[in-house]
Amino acid sequence: MSWLDTILQGILLGGLYALFAAGLALVFGIMRLVNLAHGDLIVLAAFLILLLVSALGLNPFIAAAVALPVMFALGWALQFLVLNRTLGNDILPPLLVTFGLSVVIQNGLLEGFSADSRRISAGALETASLQIGPISIGTMPLLTFLSAVGVIVALNLVFYRTSLGRAFRATSDDSATAGLMGIRAERIFATATGLAMMVVTIAALYLGTRANFDPTMGPARLIYAFEAVIIGGLGSFWGTLAGGIIIGVAQTVGAAINPEWQILAGHIAFLLVLLVRPRGLFPRAVD
Amino acid sequence: MALLETHGLTAFYGDFQALFGVDIALDESETVAVIGANGAGKSTLLRSISGLIRNVPGQIRFDGREIGALAAPDVLQLGIAMVPEGRRLFPSLSVEENLLIGKYGRVGNGAWSLDSIYDLFPVLKERRHQPGTALSGGQQQMVAIGRGLMSNPRVLLCDEVSLGLAPVVVRDIYAAFPKIRATGASIVIIEQDIGQALKVADRVYCMMEGRVTLSGTPATLSREDIHAAYFGAHAR
Amino acid sequence: MSDHLSASSWTVSTRTRGSAVSMLAILALVALAFAAPLFVSRSVVQDLFFILTMLVLAQCWNLLAGYAGLVSVGQQAFVGFGAYAMFAGVSLLGMDPMAAILLGGLAALALSVPTAFFVFRLQGAYFAIGTWVIAEIVRLSLAQWKALGGGTGTSLPSGATRDMVGVRFVADLLGVRGPQATDIVCYWLALFLAVVTIGSIYKLLRSKQGLGLAAVRDNREAARSVGVDPTWTKSFVYLVAALATGLAGALIYVQKARISPDAAFSVPDWTAYVIFIVVIGGIGTIEGPIVGVIVFYILQSLLADYGSWYLLILGLIGILIMLFAPRGLWGLFADRTGLQLFPVRRILAGQPKPKDIRGSD
Repeated sequence: MSWLDTILQGILLGGLYALFAAGLALVFGIMRLVNLAHGDLIVLAAFLILLLVSALGLNPFIAAAVALPVMFALGWALQFLVLNRTLGNDILPPLLVTFGLSVVIQNGLLEGFSADSRRISAGALETASLQIGPISIGTMPLLTFLSAVGVIVALNLVFYRTSLGRAFRATSDDSATAGLMGIRAERIFATATGLAMMVVTIAALYLGTRANFDPTMGPARLIYAFEAVIIGGLGSFWGTLAGGIIIGVAQTVGAAINPEWQILAGHIAFLLVLLVRPRGLFPRAVD
Repeated sequence: MALLETHGLTAFYGDFQALFGVDIALDESETVAVIGANGAGKSTLLRSISGLIRNVPGQIRFDGREIGALAAPDVLQLGIAMVPEGRRLFPSLSVEENLLIGKYGRVGNGAWSLDSIYDLFPVLKERRHQPGTALSGGQQQMVAIGRGLMSNPRVLLCDEVSLGLAPVVVRDIYAAFPKIRATGASIVIIEQDIGQALKVADRVYCMMEGRVTLSGTPATLSREDIHAAYFGAHAR
Repeated sequence: MSDHLSASSWTVSTRTRGSAVSMLAILALVALAFAAPLFVSRSVVQDLFFILTMLVLAQCWNLLAGYAGLVSVGQQAFVGFGAYAMFAGVSLLGMDPMAAILLGGLAALALSVPTAFFVFRLQGAYFAIGTWVIAEIVRLSLAQWKALGGGTGTSLPSGATRDMVGVRFVADLLGVRGPQATDIVCYWLALFLAVVTIGSIYKLLRSKQGLGLAAVRDNREAARSVGVDPTWTKSFVYLVAALATGLAGALIYVQKARISPDAAFSVPDWTAYVIFIVVIGGIGTIEGPIVGVIVFYILQSLLADYGSWYLLILGLIGILIMLFAPRGLWGLFADRTGLQLFPVRRILAGQPKPKDIRGSD
């Protein structure tokens, strides 16, 4: 395996991590809420897609499209009914409630689906690849990366080109004054979490079709997502993609040296970036 | 019946009582000024009306409805917009976005749109794509007023519009008020600058220590009366 | 009015009515716990050992999250590192397990210094996940240590715990067999560790530093303005918690005698359970973790057969308590009774001179 190939695989893997991270960045950017159940929600969405594929015989992409509104509604309700109650100056309630949620989702999935590894079958796409000169690119990894770019473009459009996006930013700046504009922060937050859950669903589609998954793998996805967000900084969704790519490349390069070093190399890259740029590569101007 | 009125309005910050039975009234198309020293309770009065502070429902009535306990977005939807103290522009939004967000909760039907606000404050059109907070204090105040007008409110509450601005800038901003009045909106102005307030207001309330100490039309109030009501020179 | 006050008529105290009584009750309870191995079965001793070690972990986490505002999701780093250091001491250096437990604590303390350097760059929620990343790094690194079994783990050399200081003595004294004597010695060590941990935390919270800690938690800037250095205070607490957590981890694995990276750095075992113990019992009090660990043990005994339902229910209880009774069971109890076993609140006691009483009202 050539180095160029290794790095390219890493960049494409970074697309998956950016998908894990984009929802986390969206929610944290708007309401300063770190959802410790984020990884478990990705796994939950993967099981939802699996259920739709196996029960209704849907194509995974169609199943994901069906899951999108379901996950939006779940996210909206979760934020509106539970997480909004935890917001405030004290960081303990949101952290502990989402930590509890993480444990509940994990063990609920264990009860419902057992600890077995599952995979969503994507048919011929799984093994398809593109040959560009000497390098072969898997179609699924490429699709993942393009989806990540698409998600980030879409989030940017929503954030900077729509009335909803203005409301997101205004609420994040100053929710009391936003209230004077008729913006109901609790609904804005619920909508943001709903959107984040739609991104989570897209992430889950690729999580489930590219490799095996089981109910306990959520926390590790949360960590990768979190590392990508911190490396990127909170100033831009593109930073999150950059953060995902850095973790992805570090992991594939680490794995190329010694397969046991894959995950460790990603974490160490995170620590190094943190050491050099504590506020990430693209920090937010006002924080 | 008045468009907007308070009856024995009381307000609290935790255990601290800031208003002790305030009665004011505002008629359709009327401009009322509330003057008083720092800590007199003027801002608390506006914060109560706008829903930033929750009160007893019946203590504030708007168009016959009890609105004392409504939250800020509900109050705005009824047609009461607020220009908050300190302008409070959104730093992440450009000038134009700051204006546009003013109609997020209510569009209303009336004279105000981006175009008519740029007509009112032409300088904002030149700087529409800059961040709101990059503007001078006076221009920021124009954005804040424009933002309040975007919902075409029936009542515009203005909290300390002249605070921290040079006199010449204050004069420019107050020059806009006749045009705002001409659209039929009612206005409540909170001011420490008595001169400006008396010039634009139909009626004046003077507050001290959470109570209304004097009210009347600018023509009927003598400087001595206002001075006494403002500083509490007469015996309490 | 303050002119008339003589300063000497007021005293600041942390004692409450009944706190002297509760101290006596606590001493009696500790004495009873010390004597327990004489009249309870081996399995009860093992259960008590489990309760006490979880209590130590819970007190440490509560010190961090409840008093210093440092919500760590990575305390398993110190449990696992302490345990691995103990294993290295016994298996590779041939140390006595008792000494190796100390080594485990010191190793965790040593680990906490560079760790603090990284995680203290992160605020609030970022801190939480930062500690988790560190724990993952330590776990993955130790999984590379082939001498201690790599990813699959290893056992203590056979007989190592039987030859531990004091085991032979206890076996002869109580007339029990080696493994049971090991359990009893471990239990006494856990009791000692729990008492010392709670005593130290109590002492810390009643001290000037403890007051500074409360000040930092309540208002960082104001605390700085009166001369409390928040970073130093928080760092100190972080290091102390790492030491005690490492000691507990080493002790737990002396008793388990078998280690693997996944078990020693388990998030559910060493962090999730601990967080639920503190949240259910009442965060930010010394009594809370004590109540929490008892409730936790009862729930575990009742629900142990239901597998993942157990954690699911624990998670739901934790969420409900955090949403509707954020001060936990002890908070609910203390609000109704005003009782405090470990009063740390400063109370201004005394009275104005009679003259002032007549003057007022």
